[in-house]
Amino acid sequence: MSFISYLINGISLGSVYAIIALGYTMVYGIAKMLNFAHGDVIMIGAYTVLTLLTGAGMNPYLAVLIGMGTCTVLGIVIEKVAYKPLRNASSSLAVLITAIGVSYLLQNTALLIFGADTKSFINIITCPSVSLAQGELTITGTTIVTIITCLVIMCGLMLFVNKTKPGRAMKAVSEDRGAAQLMGVNVNATISLTFAIGSGLAAVAGVLLCSAYPSLTPYTGAMPGIKAFVAAVFGGIGSIPGAMIGGILLGIIEILGKAYISSQVADAIVFAVLIIVLLVKPTGLFGKNIQEKV
Amino acid sequence: MKMNILKTMNKTTKSNTITYLLVAVVYLVVQLLVTTGNISSLMKGLLVPLCVYVIAAISLNLVVGISGELSLGHAGFMCVGAYASAFFSVLVGDALPEMLRFILAILIGAGVAAIFGILIGIPVLKLRGDYLAIVTLAFGEIIKNLMNVMYVGRDADGLHFSVTDTASLNMAPDGEVIIKGALGITGTPKNSTFTIGVILILIALFIILNLIHSRSGRAIMAIRDNRIAAESVGINITKYKLMAFSISAALAGVAGVLYAHNLSTLTVKKFDYNTSILILVFVVLGGIGNIRGSMIAAVILTVLPEVLRGLSDYRMLIYAIVLIAMMLFNWAPSAINWRAKIKAKIKNRNMKEAE
Amino acid sequence: MAMLEVKGLSISFGGLRAVDGFDLTIEEGMLYGLIGPNGAGKTTVFNLLTGVYKPDEGIVRLDGKDITGKSIVEINKGGIARTFQNIRLFKELSVLDNVKAGLHNHNTYSTIEGIFRLPKYYRVEKEMNSRAMEILKVFDLDAEADILASNLPYGKQRKLEIARAIATEPKLLLLDEPAAGMNPNETGELMDTIRFVREKFGMTILLIEHDMKLVSGICEELTVLNFGQVLTQGKTEEVLNNPAVITAYLGE
Repeated sequence: MSFISYLINGISLGSVYAIIALGYTMVYGIAKMLNFAHGDVIMIGAYTVLTLLTGAGMNPYLAVLIGMGTCTVLGIVIEKVAYKPLRNASSSLAVLITAIGVSYLLQNTALLIFGADTKSFINIITCPSVSLAQGELTITGTTIVTIITCLVIMCGLMLFVNKTKPGRAMKAVSEDRGAAQLMGVNVNATISLTFAIGSGLAAVAGVLLCSAYPSLTPYTGAMPGIKAFVAAVFGGIGSIPGAMIGGILLGIIEILGKAYISSQVADAIVFAVLIIVLLVKPTGLFGKNIQEKV
Repeated sequence: MKMNILKTMNKTTKSNTITYLLVAVVYLVVQLLVTTGNISSLMKGLLVPLCVYVIAAISLNLVVGISGELSLGHAGFMCVGAYASAFFSVLVGDALPEMLRFILAILIGAGVAAIFGILIGIPVLKLRGDYLAIVTLAFGEIIKNLMNVMYVGRDADGLHFSVTDTASLNMAPDGEVIIKGALGITGTPKNSTFTIGVILILIALFIILNLIHSRSGRAIMAIRDNRIAAESVGINITKYKLMAFSISAALAGVAGVLYAHNLSTLTVKKFDYNTSILILVFVVLGGIGNIRGSMIAAVILTVLPEVLRGLSDYRMLIYAIVLIAMMLFNWAPSAINWRAKIKAKIKNRNMKEAE
Repeated sequence: MAMLEVKGLSISFGGLRAVDGFDLTIEEGMLYGLIGPNGAGKTTVFNLLTGVYKPDEGIVRLDGKDITGKSIVEINKGGIARTFQNIRLFKELSVLDNVKAGLHNHNTYSTIEGIFRLPKYYRVEKEMNSRAMEILKVFDLDAEADILASNLPYGKQRKLEIARAIATEPKLLLLDEPAAGMNPNETGELMDTIRFVREKFGMTILLIEHDMKLVSGICEELTVLNFGQVLTQGKTEEVLNNPAVITAYLGE
């Protein structure tokens, strides 16, 4: 029974990774950049929601909405100010390093505003726990909400990308930016929209992450950010279902590794599995294999 | 006189000579400041780390700039070099004269890191671009994680290994634990000095600059510029990519040795992906493929936080803003155009004044 | 013995037979043309001959030796060099270094000799420089030896690619649309250069080209490829007057 309970915990943690990875993967697909600051947007989202809850005693749902709004605006501003000028730079590394700079900036801004001490997050999820198998297996409300949220977000995104005009514009830009522009797609607006959606989702991920693991510091976002990046690559970067499945697999491997092997080397196991997957499938589980034309 | 010599050299020799001279001049100036007591103790403490970062940066530039592959796991190789050499130094203790032991430690650090470079390079170099980057990051983290749970002790029976704790080493009571898991290695002799650091920088420069301007360096850069064309003229891709990767790893190992022998306690904390990324920042900021530039960037970005120390809480914030601003200034096409325009204007004005 | 002998060469991409039962024999020293409409599979043939793709079926023999399915590097060492339809130079290297990269397997010294600047380094580098300059002179590129390859004008980039291929001392040189993007003047010069290269370096040359003036001017024999299959082969004049060839190019 403990195995199933670990598995469920893994899916829950993996769902959070998946939501973050969705942001990574969309931004990568469309702007062709690794947004290293994405993890820190999560942290900003969590701090914003926490401040609204404790400082203003706000309604939790409203707080989450405002948190999402804040991160959305933040994402758009970051893209406009720091990334857009480098879109046509001679090396794609330039924007990567700038993203690292933005990551430092967000961490240190949070450090100044909120301090270095660990804040304990208030769990806003009121959904009751479910007891199964004569009480041997308990699934917490947080877990249920996290998994459902993740599923809803993924389905919503899939519908958005495939069925709506801006969504299809995103697809077009990710296939071929130049051609999309010639076909009348507003590339700047589409990239902004991608950052807006990715960052808004990061706020949700922040709340869910901190509800399950309620300690918040300016560096909280960094490691989940990296893990989500791994998850995105794992599933095939640029693919929405890939990010989802990559995230969940990663969560499961991490929790099972912690439970059955060693909590200290759980991360090493996660990374080792990633390496093996990439060696067998060099573009991730769902990645498209693009061959160079000679 | 010196200017005349510089004029007669060809472009690359000239550029290389300037690089070596720059290191020498900075060394002499710093030595002068140290002997006259004109340098704060804080800065003095930074001298060896500066050398560590410079070596790490120029060695990473060999992979990122010359070989054209993004590596996010450079700190992993530093970690391997640091641990191997510190383990050796503690193990040998006073059985060897200090200088000989340190030279051997450097060679061991470089060698073990090179072996890791080859072992990791063989699978990794099959991948391309961002996938390669994420796998190097993964390897760096794995190395850090494994070092964190490694226990090694020694007693009359020889060496004992464990990955759980000190107790499971099963050692005789008189045994000595050398690597203590997360607590790392303590009691490493403090052999690193600024002078040795600078000598190692010069050696690293010698190896990298000479490699770049040789047949192998040309092959490495040809692969970077066009993989298929390089193969079509008979250049063995795997061999040369692996060569760049392992030489870079070996030199990162040397940086690790220098680091380990500068402090008496060595833990893995310093070798996480943040350090790998920091070194990458030096490389990109200093100019990808520009060895001298990455040295200068490493020095500026290591000294900057110390200079900003007076601003206490704001210093890292300012550091971040400076980093973003410098990246935009150096790389944004609009900034490059703007700079070119200003340059042309100044040139015009000077010419008019000359008339 | 024929320099190049190809029998039944075939490859499919996702069900589409891009090259289907391709046969070709080129005698030593010949200047041979491979022509056909766009998408006929000409470049795919080059990619099969040079090891970029592995054939599904068929045999390739170079100078009597079976080189089917060998790697790009092995095939180059075996004696085939090529240029590319979309120019593939080492852009960040100088013009001279591009050719020296081509000399990679002919003037060698070890990495250690290179790093420690042992006497062999100086000797071989000197040999390489003079050999590379000699080749550059043939293409009238010696004055531009020190500039970056990416800074060359288009026509000269095409020439540099040929120079780099020749540096590998091939028995068979494959040129993929060498005159693409050149004006009639440049094309004329290029024809002279190709003839000169064959005489001076004693190479067999196989080229893909759409410029009929160049094809009829320098190729001795032709193969016409259409939908991955050989439409006809033979003496240039006969082939170009073949009604089937004209139909293939112009449509019914």
